[in-house]
Amino acid sequence: MACISPDGKPTESGTKMLRALKSGLGSAEEIAQSTGLPLFRVRSGLRELTQAGLANQKNDKYEVTDKGAELIE
Amino acid sequence: MEEVKEQIISLPRLGQPAPAFEAVTTHGVLKLEDFKGSWLILFSHPADFTPVCTTEFIAFAEIYPELQKRGVELLGLSVDSVSSHIAWVRNVEEKTGVKIPFPIIADLNKEVSIIYGMIHPGQSKTETVRCVFIIDDKQVIRTILYYPLTTGRNMDEILRIIDALQTTDANAVATPANWRPSEMVVVPPPNTQEMAEERLKQGYECVDWYLCKKKL
Repeated sequence: MACISPDGKPTESGTKMLRALKSGLGSAEEIAQSTGLPLFRVRSGLRELTQAGLANQKNDKYEVTDKGAELIE
Repeated sequence: MEEVKEQIISLPRLGQPAPAFEAVTTHGVLKLEDFKGSWLILFSHPADFTPVCTTEFIAFAEIYPELQKRGVELLGLSVDSVSSHIAWVRNVEEKTGVKIPFPIIADLNKEVSIIYGMIHPGQSKTETVRCVFIIDDKQVIRTILYYPLTTGRNMDEILRIIDALQTTDANAVATPANWRPSEMVVVPPPNTQEMAEERLKQGYECVDWYLCKKKL
């Protein structure tokens, strides 16, 4: 898991992505641009965050879930 | 008598879509489609903690900024575990100061190696040879290079191929032997007699109607 540590907490890159989602950015491209992470990392990270229930996917856009938002407070 | 079933796999060829994969890497689970929109150099090495591979990884890390300027990502592969990859890249950084910034596939079950034809039993039955697959932003294979176990790759040539392919795509031209960026490019040869006659009047630098060059 690149975005979520074995203890369930988001890694540095996972936290960056969740913060970007919380700020309203929704597409992988927007998140890559704002975080400075490579687009391929963001795409795989969003997949991981979604599988972990920390983000939801709607078409090509993502949003942070309540569980995801709690982890970055 | 026991029936032996053998799966025949068609190896990747130039101009065809790159075979899809999902693989465990040092940067998490990655799919080929995660790289869509970027060019990708997928390359294999025989094994972690080996001398030639270490020099190659340092060299790939050194050209990574130049590749990024050209919209190209790097993805390494060997049949070692992800723990071995992590230990090796940490060791490379500790001993040489070079950080390996790109992911490496841990292809323990050889899934990716097999579909990309990276294992050449004449060289080694267990290790991948030094393959380079240049995959464009539409995920089409544009170049395949194979190097033997004993010969480290030439990074200048890899960069030169990227420059040549991207120049060809942008300008509908070809590039001559030993071409370097800013040098003259080859105009595609005419297809008809009429075009051949017109070609010589178009102001190109021509040896004859079939070999004309121009500046970009």
